[in-house]
Amino acid sequence: MNTFLSRANTIFAFTLSVMAALTFGCFLTTAFDDHLTGVTIKTAKAMVKHVPDYSTSREKNDLGFITFDLQADLNSLFNWNVKQLFLYMTAEYETKSNKVNQVVLWDKIIRRGDNAVIDYRGINTKYYFWDDGNGLRSNSNITLTLAWNVIPNAGTLPKVRGIGSHQFEFPSDYANHKL
Amino acid sequence: MFDVGDFQFLGELRRMNKRQLYYQFLNFGMIVSSALMIWKGLMVVTGSESPIVVVLSGSMEPAFYRGDLLFLTNYEEEPVRVGEIVVFKIEGRDIPIVHRVLKVHEKENGLVKFLTKGDNNQVDDRGLYAPGQMWLNKSDVVGRARGYVPYVGIVTILMNDYPKFKYAILALLGLFVLIHRE
Repeated sequence: MNTFLSRANTIFAFTLSVMAALTFGCFLTTAFDDHLTGVTIKTAKAMVKHVPDYSTSREKNDLGFITFDLQADLNSLFNWNVKQLFLYMTAEYETKSNKVNQVVLWDKIIRRGDNAVIDYRGINTKYYFWDDGNGLRSNSNITLTLAWNVIPNAGTLPKVRGIGSHQFEFPSDYANHKL
Repeated sequence: MFDVGDFQFLGELRRMNKRQLYYQFLNFGMIVSSALMIWKGLMVVTGSESPIVVVLSGSMEPAFYRGDLLFLTNYEEEPVRVGEIVVFKIEGRDIPIVHRVLKVHEKENGLVKFLTKGDNNQVDDRGLYAPGQMWLNKSDVVGRARGYVPYVGIVTILMNDYPKFKYAILALLGLFVLIHRE
């Protein structure tokens, strides 16, 4: 049965299994990386307003404004099985109504080959810092962390929190002036 | 009237005796039921109603493209946290959506509500949710992405886009299994 079709079929099947084995090997070589590195975060300015949140309802909610500094060298996180990093900076805090609050304030995609050294000073957040209620004013323990989701060529999708975080507090008065 | 012998490939069928014919049909049944068993077994192990999904849109580019394959788990005890890629269903939409969690608010009793956004979208998903829906709950989640393999699902997308292609493939596979003799 050495027809053209059966030969083509054999070659195709063999190619597929070799590629599957290589892909799995590629995943295995990087499966035990910890993907960890240090991060420096600082806030320069923090204020809070009490304004209607039209994105959810018309109720007034606390809206925080911060500017922040961010430094990290992420070059060490890249290897042959990292297609991109999804960086995100999270504000995590506790309020009376909610035990856990996590709000992503800023994110960035770094693909392999892009500049992986982050150095920002005094930048604004990318997303609004809305609280789910009135829990931001004089909240004294807001933690900022930078984390990344590693997107491989093939494999698991680890979510890693960078070493180093920053705590800050919001003032006890609402700001009235326009920004 | 056609004689079976008119089709060369059916000649195989004619040469089989009854027992062989039954055997081939049972074999076919075995393949179908094993596939079903593997799928249902995966559902039990991962806790997700759909443990493997194909990415159907470009809203998570450049992480996931159309046709990439995602492996999901959905364990009850794992909390929902920001940065995670969740697959969720919206009332009135058939197709589940794969997006990233942007905001989480969790009460003392574990009641959690969260907001999602596609990496490649400019705005969050409130416009995609059902009218009046502001947040997702745990019950909307089909699974959270744990593993990723590129390109493999493209066959599924081709089959969905060209139904004739799907039936041709299915018919060919079925025929092959039936007439193929070890």
